[in-house]
This record gives sequence, C-alpha cells and structure tokens, in this order.
Amino acid sequence: MRSWFQVLRPISPRARLLLGGLSFVLPIVLWSIVSYIPAVWHPQIRVTDPGSIDYLQPGMRMDKRAFADAAAEARNEHKEPPLGVPANPIYLPAPHEVATALYTSFITPPATQDGPWLHQSLWHSIQVIFWGFVISSVLGVPIGILCGTYAGFARINEPFIEFFRYLPAPAFGALAVAILGIYDGPKITIIVIGTFFQQVLIIGNTTRKLDVALVEAALTLGTKKLKLLTRVVIPGILPDLYRDQRILLGWAWTYLIVAELIGTSTGITFFITQQARYQHFATVYAAIMIIGFIGLGTDMVLATLGKRLFPWDLTLDKSA
Amino acid sequence: MREAVLNKFVSPNTLPSYLDQSAAVRERFQRLKRREVILKVNNLSKVFTTAKGSTLALNKINFETHRREFLCVVGPSGCGKSTLVRIIAGLEQHTSGDVLLEGKPVTEPGSDRGMVFQGYTLFPWLTVKKNVMFGLEVNGKGHHEAEQQALQWLQLIGLEKFAESYPHQLSGGMKQRVAIVRALANQPRILLMDEPFGALDAQTRCRMQAHLLEIWRKIDITIVFITHDLDEAIFLADRILVLSAHPGEVQELIEVPVPHPRSNAQFISPEFLATKARLEELIHQGAAPDEDDDAGTYQMVARLTDVSDNVD
Repeated sequence: MRSWFQVLRPISPRARLLLGGLSFVLPIVLWSIVSYIPAVWHPQIRVTDPGSIDYLQPGMRMDKRAFADAAAEARNEHKEPPLGVPANPIYLPAPHEVATALYTSFITPPATQDGPWLHQSLWHSIQVIFWGFVISSVLGVPIGILCGTYAGFARINEPFIEFFRYLPAPAFGALAVAILGIYDGPKITIIVIGTFFQQVLIIGNTTRKLDVALVEAALTLGTKKLKLLTRVVIPGILPDLYRDQRILLGWAWTYLIVAELIGTSTGITFFITQQARYQHFATVYAAIMIIGFIGLGTDMVLATLGKRLFPWDLTLDKSA
Repeated sequence: MREAVLNKFVSPNTLPSYLDQSAAVRERFQRLKRREVILKVNNLSKVFTTAKGSTLALNKINFETHRREFLCVVGPSGCGKSTLVRIIAGLEQHTSGDVLLEGKPVTEPGSDRGMVFQGYTLFPWLTVKKNVMFGLEVNGKGHHEAEQQALQWLQLIGLEKFAESYPHQLSGGMKQRVAIVRALANQPRILLMDEPFGALDAQTRCRMQAHLLEIWRKIDITIVFITHDLDEAIFLADRILVLSAHPGEVQELIEVPVPHPRSNAQFISPEFLATKARLEELIHQGAAPDEDDDAGTYQMVARLTDVSDNVD
C-alpha cells in the first residue's frame, strides 16, 4: 500500500490490475448505493396505490413533501391514503436498468418507421468522426511537422493558428450549414475545425522536442535537406506523434455531439435526444456509455498496436 | 598555490622536460610531419552575438593536423573547444578565418568529416546494424552493399552479435563504439570526437581508450579529440593542442613524448608525468580567475562537525 504513493515510482503489476479495476468498480458501487439504498437520497415517492386521491396514478413520481401532504389530507378526511415507495428522480436510473438498456436498445426497433436503429446511428457517428479526423490529420500532421522543423514556417503559421484555436468550433455551425448544406458536410467540418488547429500546435511542439543532437549526428553523416526530414525528423518523432494522434482522436469525439446537432440531427446524438424526449433515460445513459466504450476500446487497441509498431520506444512501457 | 601542491609530488628536478624526446619518438614525429596536411585551421575566430552583446569565443586559432595524426584538444571549461570542433564539423559558422580540409574550405556538414558526440546520438528507431548503414545509405550506397560493410564494421568492434539489437539494449560503452564505427563507415578524411567518453564510468572509459587506439591503428583516419581529461589526452594523442579561456586562444601545441604503442603502464612513466605537469601548469594559468577560485570557496565553508573530530 505504501508503495502506491511514492513519487514517480511504478507500482507492481498486481496493484496495477487491482487499482485499474477499482477505478471502474468504485463509481459503480457509489451509483448502486444511491440507487438501491432507500435511505440514501431518494428525494421522491413513486406512487404504488393512489388510494382515494384522484389526481394520483400508479407509477407517478412526486416530491416526498407533496406526497406527505396528500397522504395527511386523505387521513384527515378519513379516506384511504395513497401508498408509495421512495424513489430517485427519473433522470437517475439504477445500474441494472441501464445494463438492461445496453442490450434492449439494440433490439428495440426505431420509433418511426424510417428512423435508424441504434447500430445504424452509431455507425453514422463513427463515419463522421472518421472523416473529420482523417481530413484534419491529412492537413494537420504535415503542417505540424513542418512547423516544428522549420522555425520560419512555424512563425508564419502558428500565431494565426494560436488565435484561431480559441474560436469555438460550434460557432462555425451556422456558417458551415450555409456553405455545405444540412447533411454530413457541416458536421465533419466542425470536427475538423475543432481538431485541426490543436493538432498543428501539438504536433509542432512534439517535433520541436526531438533531440537536436540526432539531427546534428545525421548532418555529420552527410544527410541533406529532404532526407533529414524523412529519415531523421519523422522517424524520430513517430512514437510521440502516434501518442498525440490518440489524444487528438479523443478530442474529436468530444466535438461529435455538437457537430451532430448541426443541420439535421443525426447519429448517436439523434438517438440520444429522441430517447430523452420519451424519457427513456436508461437508454440515454446506455448510449452515452457506448460512446465511452468505443472511445476507450479504440484507444486500447491503438496503444497495443503502438507497442508493436515502435519496439524501441521506452516511454510506451511506462504510460500504457 | 596549486603549483606548490603539484611540486610536492612531482619535482621538476627529477622529471625530464616534456620537450625531451627519445630518438624513436623524434623519428616518429618526423615521419608524421612528412605526411600531407589533412586539416588546416587558419586565423579562425568566432564571435557569439547575443542580446546582451557579443563575446569572442575563439581568437585567431591556428593549427594543422597531418594524415593519421591523433590530435587532442584540451583547455579549461569555456575555452571554446567544443565550438572549435563544431565549426570544423560545419555545425556552426565561424566569424573569420578559414577551415581547410585537404585544401577545401569547410562551409557545411558533410560526410568527409565524421563526428562522435558526448551524448548518445544513435538513432533509437534503428537497429545497431541500420545505424551503421545510415551514413552509407544517405550517401547513395545500395542496401546490400551498405549491409555488408556495416557488418564488417561491427565485426571490427566485436559487436556483430548485437547487429539486430536496438540502441537502448546496449551499454553506454557499446553505444559509443557503434557511434564511432557509424561515423567511420562513411570513410571520412577526419574523425571529430567531442568528449565522447565523458559520460562513461572510469573503467569503461579506460577500455574505450584502448579500443579507440586499436581502431585508429587499423584504419587510415585522422582524429581530432576534445577532452578535459588530461590523462586521456596524453594517453591517446600524438600532439595536444592546449587552449586558454576567454577568449579561446592556442597556448601551445605539445608533442607528446610518450612512445608508441601506448599501454596503461605508461601512466607513471617520466615522460607521461612531465607532460601532465606541463599541461596542468598551462591550464591553470589559462583558466579565468572566476572559475579557479577554490581558495575563496574553501574559506566560505563553515565547519559543520565536532572540532575535536579531525579527518586528517
């Protein structure tokens, strides 16, 4: 236990596994306590039997105090009092409800006849993210590397990019719709705007961190201009570049929901807003979690792939 | 004060002069000087310009090295010995004067001058073999030929078993051995070494020095070797260029009277000690006063132990 809190020291593999598991188990335990122990929170009453009160219906939720007032009133008038059990507000479903929804949301047909199934919504979202990230990377990675390599190139690009990255990407939503229509174009654009500017700056910095001694060594070995870039700078930063791309992909996901609200709502966002409208909050949570699973899953696959791709990279052992 | 200390141990009366050379050594230097000049440094000056003003780092440096010569450059810290070697490598521009490699002025880095740095500069993403192939490939050799030559070089330093290892799997000494042959694989006219063994522990450094002399004997290479370790300089060098600091100027070019082949036993030979005494003298003379202010520092250390408990 004591070894867990030593500054900059690694912990044993067993402890890693244990703590890693706990980081997921603890929030679920907390959620279960709030959901399953009536004495904790439960600010409302779910009516099981309306008794003599005609404005109550079974399954209805109301504040504890309002329910107590109604019950007291009924008793005063010597009528049958309503019955109910403590409940949480409808926006906080219990873990088992969300777990069930994780499954049922995939097999529940869409509410409207031409509406998308959940898996279709997800696939649509993944495509938007994919294209947004690919377009951003095709531009951002080379520009970032050039900025990091050539101080002059950095100086003519970075001040403006630094300014632009403070402009919130969703602010360009209306503009993007006006230019690109209401379908996927503006959505992909928002993700590109949200990712690209950070990407150039982050990759520029990563490139600048390359040990200049490696470049000098290559120079004294007779390496010239373009080969210096392709044979030293790029391979030298590749593991870090890969790590940056993983972080930026996560970044792109965070722009997804806003992007999908632009123009016609589509994808997982459309699904979530629909379900919220019907007050299927368990399904809403399930859908949000699915985004998390996809994100974490992708990142873990990429991390494992990274270890294979860059066997010489020592920092990977530490972080992954 | 230092000289007094020094004299207590090596009295100048009992030592020969460092200028005395045995017949064999004299004959060797004559042969060396008959060989063609590889590197000629002519009135070389370097001024660093910063926001605060400009500093003269190197002032009118003149020297030349002959083919297959081993030249060491020593001097107090701040004398610009690294700057000098970086200018020769073409990694830095000089302010005035000339650097001529076989008569051609040096303006930029090139494969005719190999360099080994103090830090480990093997490319971490390449295996040992591919590190050695790097220079050959960027200079237009085919993959197969480069591979053959790289393996031969690795054999020369006894690391052929590590051909497929990555640099991070090697010890510090092995890394520097690979760095040396990586530079030599290009068959440069001159090998520049900037304190290459500075980061190694004492035993490894000793072995590396012997290794380097062995390599130098076997191939046609001229070496300019920067160090601050005087023993290392005397052990390795034919001649030692001594610089003074602020600004960096040539104090003396010493012909090392220690005969070849060199061995560890020579560390206590009279010629060796005489040369070392001369170097000590030059370097402590040439050091800037603010950097050699030991006496003042000692007085400032308060006594932090029981006064009756003396260590000496």
